[in-house]
Amino acid sequence: MSTVAREWREIPGRYNLEGTKCENCGSIFFPARDFCPKCRRAGIGKISRYDVCRRGKVFSFSIVHDAPDFNNMLKPYVVAMVQTDDGVMVSAQLVDVDLDKVAIGMPVRAVLRKLSADGASGVIRYGYKFVPDE
Amino acid sequence: MDVGIVSYGAYVPRYRIKPEEIGRIWGVDGKGMGKGLMIYQKSVPSPDEDVVTIATEAARYMMDRVPEVDPKDIGAVYVGSESHPYAVKPTATIVAEAIRATPAMTAADMEFACKAGTAGIQACMGLVGSGMVRYGVAIGADTSQGAPGDALEYSASAGGAAYLIGSEKVIAKINKTLSFTTDTPDFWRREGQPYPLHGGRFTGEPAYFRHITSAAKMMFEAMGTTAADYKYAVFHQPNGKFPTRVAAQLGFTPEQIEYGLLTPNIGNTYSGAVPLGLANVLDHAEPGDRVFVTSYGSGAGSDAFDITVTDEILNYRRDNAPLLEKVMADPVYIDYGTYAKFKGKILMSE
Ligand SMILES: [Zn+2]
Repeated sequence: MSTVAREWREIPGRYNLEGTKCENCGSIFFPARDFCPKCRRAGIGKISRYDVCRRGKVFSFSIVHDAPDFNNMLKPYVVAMVQTDDGVMVSAQLVDVDLDKVAIGMPVRAVLRKLSADGASGVIRYGYKFVPDE
Repeated sequence: MDVGIVSYGAYVPRYRIKPEEIGRIWGVDGKGMGKGLMIYQKSVPSPDEDVVTIATEAARYMMDRVPEVDPKDIGAVYVGSESHPYAVKPTATIVAEAIRATPAMTAADMEFACKAGTAGIQACMGLVGSGMVRYGVAIGADTSQGAPGDALEYSASAGGAAYLIGSEKVIAKINKTLSFTTDTPDFWRREGQPYPLHGGRFTGEPAYFRHITSAAKMMFEAMGTTAADYKYAVFHQPNGKFPTRVAAQLGFTPEQIEYGLLTPNIGNTYSGAVPLGLANVLDHAEPGDRVFVTSYGSGAGSDAFDITVTDEILNYRRDNAPLLEKVMADPVYIDYGTYAKFKGKILMSE
């Protein structure tokens, strides 16, 4: 149950790319953090919620042939580093895409998909993946 | 107070399978089967898609089109489906979280075979009309299963659409809604069973046709209208044949049902069917267009709606999200093996 509790706290980030921003220096943190390593004490109390843009471009990618259990049904599949339109780097699976059409610079957008499930009776984890944005 | 549709969004998964491919596996004339049903392909969800993800995508498209609406003003979220991923644990809370409508709101999952989505629209109309909520969200979505080899396997597909119901900047006013409901066991699925059963021939006349024509005639009588008073009509569409026949019985022309009839291209999306058909009509609608809508859910009941598109649709940012025609374009065709894998029909080791 402790993992259920931990994952529950991650829901805002996983569903809505919710991160944080240091109002002191403008740094964006995703996943969210409540301490700015650049400003340190000067950033305390100046960290606010920040929604990372759901649109971006493929910055780098690789094709995964040996998949962990849940993704067995989807392999081979693409994992991409996406640079969002507001400059944040987000790594996630790229789905509903023809493998031979994936390219650096390809426009993509975040959608909600199933990430994994604890067998047939456990909890289902939902979170962001990217799809081509035509 | 005018209550109606403030926004909508629709989503269909990208994968398709054709009836001839299904028939090839079971040794039957799939192409002929498809022709008889008027289903030429059906949508298939990716293994990482379910009713939660489909409903969320539709709801996000819906919100993208009304950037001025604060999701915190949504007071109710209802998701209608017969394939909710959890037996206990609502789909609606996940979708509400994903569109940022939580926590000051009510939510519930609805189930009434293929009409749970339109039942949600009616519930939202009541909440908005009574002033209990400012906006309500009603979604119909399904990832339905047909038993391997069963006739339903040629039709059961996936998709959904979301509706924002309110009384401000209404793009389509709902002039009236009414329902016709009886206890008719034409189709059912028991708790814990993976596939539904149906009453064969019993699904036609006493079920689909009786309920739809009864609700439709009640609506004609209440509004003093005939089929000729409407620009478009949308009927529940378990296949292409039934809605075509029921439309003709009620006096509608093939042109009136063209936009609202998607099953030939995507299959039967169950709770998503009428909401998707109406979304495609609204994608093409202009001010003043009157739309006749009648859903059907086995078990059994029909919800009828008389809708008028308003001038507000001219200010509506329909292009902030893809039109359904674009969502449905560029499908990926899969073979039966891939379909069986995607739909979890292959027994895997633990
Ligand atoms: Zn800082």
